[in-house]
Amino acid sequence: MSASSATTPGTGAPMLALDHLSVTFRSDAGPVHAVREVSFDVAPGEIVAVVGESGSGKSVSSRALLGLLPGTASVGGSARMDGVELTTLGGESMRRVRGDRIAMIFQEPATSLDPVRTVGWQVMEALRSHRRMSRHAAHRRAVELLDLVGIPDPERRVHSYPHQMSGGQKQRVMIAIAISCEPELIIADEPTTALDVTVQAAILDLLRGLRDRLGTAIVLITHNMGVVADLADRVVVMYRGQVVEQAPVAQLFAAPAHPYTQRLLAAVPYLGQGRSGRPTAEPGDDSDGTGSSSGAGPGARPVQVTSAGEVSREPAPSTGTPALAVRDLVVEFPGRLGSPRVRAVDGVSLTIAPGRVLGLVGESGSGKTTVGRSVVGLVPATSGSIEVFGTDLRTASPHTLRDLRRRFGFVFQDPAASLNPRASVGACIAEPLSVHKVGTDASRHKRVAELLEAVELPAAFAKRYPHELSGGQRQRVSLARALVLGPDLLIADEPTSALDVSVQATVLHLFQELQREMGFACLFISHDLAVVDIVAHDVAVMSLGRLVEVGTTAEVLSAPQHAYTRALLAAVPVPDPAAQRERREVRAALLAAGSVSS
Amino acid sequence: MNVKILPRSPLVRYLLVRLALIVPTVWILVSVVFFFMRVIGDPITASQGGRLSAAQLAARRAAAGFDRPILQQYGEYLGGLLHGDFGTALTDHRKISEVLITNGAATLELTFWALIVAFVVGIPLGRLAARYRDKLPDVTIRTFAVLVYAAPVFFVGLLLKLLFSATLNWLPASGRASANVEIALNNVNPKTNVMIIDAILYGDPGYILDVLRHAILPALALGLLTAGVFIRLIRINLLETMRTDYVTAARARGVPERLVVRKHAFRNALVPVVTVMGMQIAIMLGGAILTETTFEWQGLGYVLSHYLLARDFVAVQGIVTAIAVVVAVSSFLIDVINALVDPRVRY
Amino acid sequence: MSALVATETADLEAPPRRRGFPGVALIRSTHGLQRAMLLSGLVVIVLFVVVAVFAPLIAPYGFNADRANGVIFGTQQPPSAAHWFGTTVGGQDVLSRVIFGARTALTVIVLAVAISLTVGAPLGVISGYVGGKVDRVLVLVTDALYAFPSLLLAIVVSIMITGGRSTPVGGIIAAALSITVVFVPQYFRVVRNQTVSVKHEPFVDAARITGAKPGRIMFRHVLPNVSQTIPVLATLNASEAILTLAGLGFLGFGIEPSAAAEWGYDLNKALSDATNGIWWTGVYPGLAIVVVVAGVTLVGESLNDILNPMLRTRGAGTTTADEQEIVLATEADATTGDHVADRAGLTDDTPTSDQEDGR
Repeated sequence: MSASSATTPGTGAPMLALDHLSVTFRSDAGPVHAVREVSFDVAPGEIVAVVGESGSGKSVSSRALLGLLPGTASVGGSARMDGVELTTLGGESMRRVRGDRIAMIFQEPATSLDPVRTVGWQVMEALRSHRRMSRHAAHRRAVELLDLVGIPDPERRVHSYPHQMSGGQKQRVMIAIAISCEPELIIADEPTTALDVTVQAAILDLLRGLRDRLGTAIVLITHNMGVVADLADRVVVMYRGQVVEQAPVAQLFAAPAHPYTQRLLAAVPYLGQGRSGRPTAEPGDDSDGTGSSSGAGPGARPVQVTSAGEVSREPAPSTGTPALAVRDLVVEFPGRLGSPRVRAVDGVSLTIAPGRVLGLVGESGSGKTTVGRSVVGLVPATSGSIEVFGTDLRTASPHTLRDLRRRFGFVFQDPAASLNPRASVGACIAEPLSVHKVGTDASRHKRVAELLEAVELPAAFAKRYPHELSGGQRQRVSLARALVLGPDLLIADEPTSALDVSVQATVLHLFQELQREMGFACLFISHDLAVVDIVAHDVAVMSLGRLVEVGTTAEVLSAPQHAYTRALLAAVPVPDPAAQRERREVRAALLAAGSVSS
Repeated sequence: MNVKILPRSPLVRYLLVRLALIVPTVWILVSVVFFFMRVIGDPITASQGGRLSAAQLAARRAAAGFDRPILQQYGEYLGGLLHGDFGTALTDHRKISEVLITNGAATLELTFWALIVAFVVGIPLGRLAARYRDKLPDVTIRTFAVLVYAAPVFFVGLLLKLLFSATLNWLPASGRASANVEIALNNVNPKTNVMIIDAILYGDPGYILDVLRHAILPALALGLLTAGVFIRLIRINLLETMRTDYVTAARARGVPERLVVRKHAFRNALVPVVTVMGMQIAIMLGGAILTETTFEWQGLGYVLSHYLLARDFVAVQGIVTAIAVVVAVSSFLIDVINALVDPRVRY
Repeated sequence: MSALVATETADLEAPPRRRGFPGVALIRSTHGLQRAMLLSGLVVIVLFVVVAVFAPLIAPYGFNADRANGVIFGTQQPPSAAHWFGTTVGGQDVLSRVIFGARTALTVIVLAVAISLTVGAPLGVISGYVGGKVDRVLVLVTDALYAFPSLLLAIVVSIMITGGRSTPVGGIIAAALSITVVFVPQYFRVVRNQTVSVKHEPFVDAARITGAKPGRIMFRHVLPNVSQTIPVLATLNASEAILTLAGLGFLGFGIEPSAAAEWGYDLNKALSDATNGIWWTGVYPGLAIVVVVAGVTLVGESLNDILNPMLRTRGAGTTTADEQEIVLATEADATTGDHVADRAGLTDDTPTSDQEDGR
């Protein structure tokens, strides 16, 4: 709230005013109303977040402003910018607005840059579309802009092709293009969704800095409440094409008025909500629960923990053989065309006792997924051992392996792709039963019905096909299939990251319940620390193929030892504007201390 | 493959690997052709069987070396190919390597003209169809493309002949030049066998015109076939790239629509088009056989169909092998072009 | 862009139905131009098949007859009441030869497509799924064959099969087999590449993790998801088969004229007529080729247009109503939830009812 009062005039005339804006798509099945009578204002220099889940129409409404909708769309109502009606603008006059007055940043930096042009060329193109300037001057300005958005060595990188840059750098280039003509308004459509948290934090800092330095207003479209808390002055909540609530950011988080907003906020997982925030770990000290650098004693737990497989854990039921014991796992992939082999996993050791859930976290490229795939035998291990209930998978006979597989379950990230589209839901769930020739047709039917009930789906769903189900329903079916043989070990690879937050909340809840009831051990792979905080007993953190820290959830998330873990934790935005502001300062201090590289 | 011996530059490395792949491709094709054609027995029996007595046949076979073990003949054939020896025709005793040079030049000339027709007709029409998607121009152009694809080249050739030579009498119906021109051009030095170059070297504008007039109908027949493919390719790929995020992003930064299409969509649409063009060369060579037969254009296809009818399978084998080499090499060249158009291939 | 619209509106549209007769559903899913293309193509194909099957009933004379009731037709006669399409240089009735030509073409198409499908598709699935050295060698060989001019390949094979001489009996089978050799690499490539991409899909991984044997995975999970492209390929190949057959016939490598009527052969014979301005001997068989190939191509292209988007949207994240799920999951606090549910009910009638009867 202090952020908004500091930078936004609030009282001044709005620079952008949406008034009963509607967008309708013509389709074979009749008109589809994607946006219905949406009204909100944006003041100069203000950051307005438009929040909603998939299908809320948040992206469509912003694209309507720039006339970027396909021919099947018709736009009603009005959107005025300094008195200019945008919805009726066309041709050359609309072109002059795009990029010059209103610029746009897209969700996927990987696909939003033309692959066959250098990034410098694309920045220059933006400049020369609106300003009369020589090629030379444009080039100089492009270098300046790349420098401004924090691309190292801009003189050289200006000649790079997009595929030679990382995701974060590409998004920085998109931002450089967006600010090239100093627009009054930037529409950022999920600008950090495709990026890792640490990169996300850096991009959010960049956007905030641009607003502070250039006074650019920003319409931030996002589904991530943490991002909203971090950046926004005011929030517009959309649901099924309509605005259900708008309020200053502090007020919205403190006292959401509309029931949908309340539910949405309640569904957002946040750090400290799960085991890390419980008093068992750090009694009484809640505000410090997310781990400032000074809080934890320096010598309390040395970083050697990284290589240790078995870390002491609180209730330690590890009397028998562990459900899963991975020792010194190395996985290498052949490089392309004569380049050296790529080492995706480099000497990872971890143990899961029966009935425990280990959260394996890391950013993209950390090798966490490879560990999971290697454990179930989808990716061959180069060296090291993988023992499941005391049997080494690498030396087991095919027969033993087959029997062992009955005790595995696996849940995939993408619910759409993990079910055979040509098989009914019932057949999908019964597949492991028929593979292992368990029971008769009748008993399988019964088992499928039981499982459907367990995952809270109606028994009639057995006859449906996967594409007839929603994402959340499909992930429930996936879970049912993984559990149909009553496994002792479940490997879940980002099971909820493709889902909307509210759906994610219900699926996570279900997972926890089933885990308690059935008591299976689980390797829970995720990039989302908040999710891991909720479901995992223990946490292992991976970076660049190595395990950097292992411990109980409370230990790792509230008193991280390794610098990387601290950086990761500090980068996660929490859905609370006040707390997030504090975290930002802590993170800035961390960065300044040079202990972390972004 | 050792990492050390390969050069640093990824592009050079890619192209070297690609170049090395030509060898197995050519070898496979040569072997397939050799063994397929020998399954029927030796070429002498195939061409002369029934006309000569058994003893005469045996004597001829022994003289040509066709009575030796098939693998030995195969080895010798491969060895000969390495030295550019494609064998000697049984019927007219021409060296196949010579046939390749003289008649190959004619085929080259025909495909060159046809490619020009294909580009000039195919690319603009493809862009037009994409621009007016599902509107009248699109429907007309697509119908045209389907019809052009559906009509065999020899039928198009026949229609062109009927219309422009038999009925209107505007253009010659066959051959590469009028008889007197052909005789005159035989004495050009250096003789390239590419009629239009020979005519230019000769320096008589009337001759050049005569050569061009003869080329129009065959080039149209063969070129339209390829143009149909180009139209569909350009249209589909342009529509595809117009839907990409980077095109939307370019629009969103205020790039004029004209430039969005030209600098972003079209350039990216060319990448898959270039790839398919590699295959198109093979299809054009197939089409050239039919076109040449239709217009009595003395190219490789024309002599090939003559040798085929004469059952001269030594000659057929030599020519087909040579075409295999051309196909393999041209698909390599296409990959080189592709690497230049698409920076992603280079890394 | 449209991907965005698709995701933003996906849950607002009715989900595709699986029930009902597939062909009708297919035609229903088209509209305007697409439907016109598909229907006109289908009409041509039906006509073609009818003519081919009932050729002896439809044709006025035999395909090789040069006289009827002892009256000789005469050579190169222009179209007349007795001979609607005129007569050929050999004195046969052009109309009859065109009609019987359909029969030859259909036989060859069916044989060629059926044989290459049964050889190419399973080979592609196995090679793509098993991978390794066998796969690499097969890919190299088929790529080489694929790059080669198909007509030349067909000629070489036809020489091989017929031993350099056409036998009247084996003519049709020989032509079909020659074309088959051209098509097998195509089916192989398409099915193999599709297999390679499908085999890394999570649902195949899931089967592998459960311990399913390769045979089960290939034919239970992979093949059904690969087979969708086959109808498109088969139709497009059918048109190519006609063209290759005609090309073979044109070069004198098809079917002997006394054994069956063949359009390409007739066009070859008509070449010299064209120079003399005799048009009817060439134009009719040529038109027959154009019409049939165009018809088949139209169907193939429309199928491609219709089926491909289906394939594409299949993977898209949310289909029906994720939000419906939320609404229903939290129905407990109905005091305010109805506000939202109401509006949801307004926007999409089908998914709502669909969901509710499920729950």
